[in-house]
Amino acid sequence: MENKNQHIILKTEDLSIGYTSKKAKTIVANNINIELKRGELVGLIGANGIGKSTLLRTLTQVQNPLSGSIHLNKKNVLDYNPLDLAKVMSLVLTGQITSKNLSVLELVALGRQPYTNWVGNLSENDITVINNALLQTNIEALKHRKCFELSDGQLQKVMIARALAQDTDLIILDEPTTHLDMYHKAYILKLLQRLAKETNKTILFSSHEIDLAIQLCDNLIVMTNDVVISGQPCNLIKKGVFETLFPKDLIAFDEKTGSFRVKK
Amino acid sequence: MVKTQSYKITFTLLILLALILFFINLNLGSVNITLKDFFSSFFTYEKNYSTPEYIIQSYRLPKAITAVLVGSGLGISGLLMQTMFRNPLAGPFVLGITSGASLGVALVIMGASLLGGFATHFLMNEWSIVIAASLGSFLVLLIVLIVSSKVRDTMAILIIGLMFGSITAAIVSVLAYFSSAEELQQYIFWGFGSLGDLQWKELKIFAIVYAIGLVFTIAAIKGLNTLLLGENYAKSLGLNIKRNRIIIVIAASLLAGTITAFAGPIAFIGLAVPHLTRLLFNTSNHKILLPAVFILGAIIMLICDSIAQLPNSDYTLPINAITSLVGAPVVIWLLVRKRKMMF
Repeated sequence: MENKNQHIILKTEDLSIGYTSKKAKTIVANNINIELKRGELVGLIGANGIGKSTLLRTLTQVQNPLSGSIHLNKKNVLDYNPLDLAKVMSLVLTGQITSKNLSVLELVALGRQPYTNWVGNLSENDITVINNALLQTNIEALKHRKCFELSDGQLQKVMIARALAQDTDLIILDEPTTHLDMYHKAYILKLLQRLAKETNKTILFSSHEIDLAIQLCDNLIVMTNDVVISGQPCNLIKKGVFETLFPKDLIAFDEKTGSFRVKK
Repeated sequence: MVKTQSYKITFTLLILLALILFFINLNLGSVNITLKDFFSSFFTYEKNYSTPEYIIQSYRLPKAITAVLVGSGLGISGLLMQTMFRNPLAGPFVLGITSGASLGVALVIMGASLLGGFATHFLMNEWSIVIAASLGSFLVLLIVLIVSSKVRDTMAILIIGLMFGSITAAIVSVLAYFSSAEELQQYIFWGFGSLGDLQWKELKIFAIVYAIGLVFTIAAIKGLNTLLLGENYAKSLGLNIKRNRIIIVIAASLLAGTITAFAGPIAFIGLAVPHLTRLLFNTSNHKILLPAVFILGAIIMLICDSIAQLPNSDYTLPINAITSLVGAPVVIWLLVRKRKMMF
């Protein structure tokens, strides 16, 4: 019953994603019905080329859905203007940022852009939010460093802080753990878990770290060739969803450890 | 926040330097003017064509003001282009503005004879070159804007601008091939650039268009800072990419277009000044960069113009050559020193 009372941040209804060209529609995935609730950490997993990026691109309005709808805070995303959308949903993308000559503080402060005036002056409230974001991600000490001086792991924390500063109900991260070593992969995902709890924001990320995601996420969205399923990790394990994730010739899912093993 | 103090000091020093250079610039020229005459010249005005008052007020003062406007305007225009195109090598020329102006001027100077006597008479008055350059840069820019509204990728606009540059250069060469030596010389002289051709009347129009360009630039500050994250992030922060792009293009072209129209094509300032500024201020924040580029651009242009005067001689060197001589080594030095151009 507890779940029902929770506020639903994002909800898709019969969402169908893919590409349209002049000649034909290419459907990547069909019948996507997912719900993200407030304060949840949700992982999006699936094999390469299964459509994770397409789904994220559709949810973030980079491309349009083929059919079905996406509701953010009970309002269709298509009805949002760009500025209002920026106050509800923030992103952490995979690509490099254009200017690494920015200091950490400047970069995180850019997260306040949807709230600042026409010339971008920060109010006291803005500065409080920025400092909070720096504290929550443990990068206070890096504040005055330039971005080109940072390691990949540090930079990822900065980008997360920037998204936090944007102060949105939903944060979407596209493969936040690529390029990171094992420790920092765990560190970033653990950080996301803590942030979801502390700030009561909904955090959705795509990842290939299936075992870490199983351990840390409240919910998982699993994309396979046939269906898009979402649910709690333990329930998904019971249903045997992970066995269908990859071709069966090389690796197999071990239910006890919740991880994949190479077949001998 | 800690840095604000040090920025203030740098700004104060630079403004002082700019003022000193401004007065040095007024003092230099083929006629020697004593310091006493120099200062009194601001308070008296005699209609005598050889007095120091006349030289300062009607020739050197407009020229120094032109230098300030040209240097700062080209610098700002270059800064806008570099941020928008995410390309450290971008400058006002990338949008085809300069080449458009060249084409307009080439058509007037070298194409007029092809149209016959009436056209020559009609086209050859004091404003013809200014109007031709403005029309030329405006037309090329309009085409670039129309094409760029059809492409999504900002990089495509960069290439389109460069292609227009090639096309206009080709047309100019064809015109040059068929024109007389005199016309060719006149065109080449325009290409040298000149800060000293402007009367107060023209300077007024120049300053007005310049101010409009500046207003557009200031309106784009927030968007420029957002673009430092890249277009995808900028979009996710609610920035209207297309509108922002149009504001930036209008600002850059108003500035660079009028400058080229009134002072001829002036090389390297637009490219080098933003880099120098970033190096000096070590920031990418456009709220700091914009005024800094303004002052540094003015300083560099005043220095270039003072050098071009060849103090104590009757000669004036082409300003375009001086800016290249100063600008190109600066860019090389930057590349060698930093290895990577930050922006």
